[in-house]
Amino acid sequence: MNSIIRSTARCLRSGAWQYRTAQNNGELLSGWARLMYSSSAGQKTLEEMVKKDKVVVFMKGTPAQPMCGFSNAVVQILRMHGVDSYAAYNVLDDQDIREGVKSFSNWPTIPQVFFNGEFVGGCDILLQMHQSGDLVEELQKLGIRSALLDQEKESK
Amino acid sequence: MNRFLWIIQKQHSGNESWSRLRLMLSSALRCLRPSTCTLALTRQLTHHRLHMGPVETTIQTKLAQALKPEHLEVMNESHMHAVPAGSESHFRVLVVSPQFEGLSLLQRHRLVNETLREELSSCVHALAIQAKTPQQWSSNPSLAKSPPCMGGSKHDNTMAEKLKAGRD
Repeated sequence: MNSIIRSTARCLRSGAWQYRTAQNNGELLSGWARLMYSSSAGQKTLEEMVKKDKVVVFMKGTPAQPMCGFSNAVVQILRMHGVDSYAAYNVLDDQDIREGVKSFSNWPTIPQVFFNGEFVGGCDILLQMHQSGDLVEELQKLGIRSALLDQEKESK
Repeated sequence: MNRFLWIIQKQHSGNESWSRLRLMLSSALRCLRPSTCTLALTRQLTHHRLHMGPVETTIQTKLAQALKPEHLEVMNESHMHAVPAGSESHFRVLVVSPQFEGLSLLQRHRLVNETLREELSSCVHALAIQAKTPQQWSSNPSLAKSPPCMGGSKHDNTMAEKLKAGRD
């Protein structure tokens, strides 16, 4: 999936430029401006990514091997609710996606969770939704029955 | 103190109640003496408050000014992550403000993010947020804990830039 995006990016990229600014002490700063995910084409690709699946997570690492405590928390919460099949994108693999999704959702941090193409929040919000019971309801709206409901039934 | 105990021991040698008395006196005197442990903790806390880093101070000031919180806690959690000692890259904030009334969780967090936009685009790599109304806080005054680090910053080649931004 990532390789498809990368090759699409290479085709669509209209060029990156390098700019230099000099500070008073003469130290040079340089930066690259990547057009890919700030361009409308890049945004469109992310839009497709978040809408393709009911539950989409942008995280550090993978669900099998998270590389960040906050990303791991999201994975664990989804697992607790029995949500095993969702799209997970490892932002550590692709800097374009990492910066692009932050600009797309106007949210500065990773992980990021999307339900039905709509941005839900990060780890804190998902955790609070889980604790308040709202997450069960939201999953129900997606047509996903939370495993916690079955657990509750068994305990009664 | 020891001479005092010795005198009492001489007078009451062979008496079982003496050993109990001695124990009581020793522990009473120990309580009156300032505990070095307590002093160290106080010093640590004082050291921390006096040496709040510049980023932590800015976060505190900006949140206080923008959200007029009834209760505000800003915690530098960088020491819990795979970054050098003294970093100011990972924070947890607890904001209790009436401005959150009627706002969804997402809206509240966006308010906080917006207030700290500059810091989040430069040196702050992670920001854990608890945003409560005064009523929510009074019914559940609990501080959430951040999950244990899984070393992500070690594999993150953008961290060097963020840490440099924090030091400059």
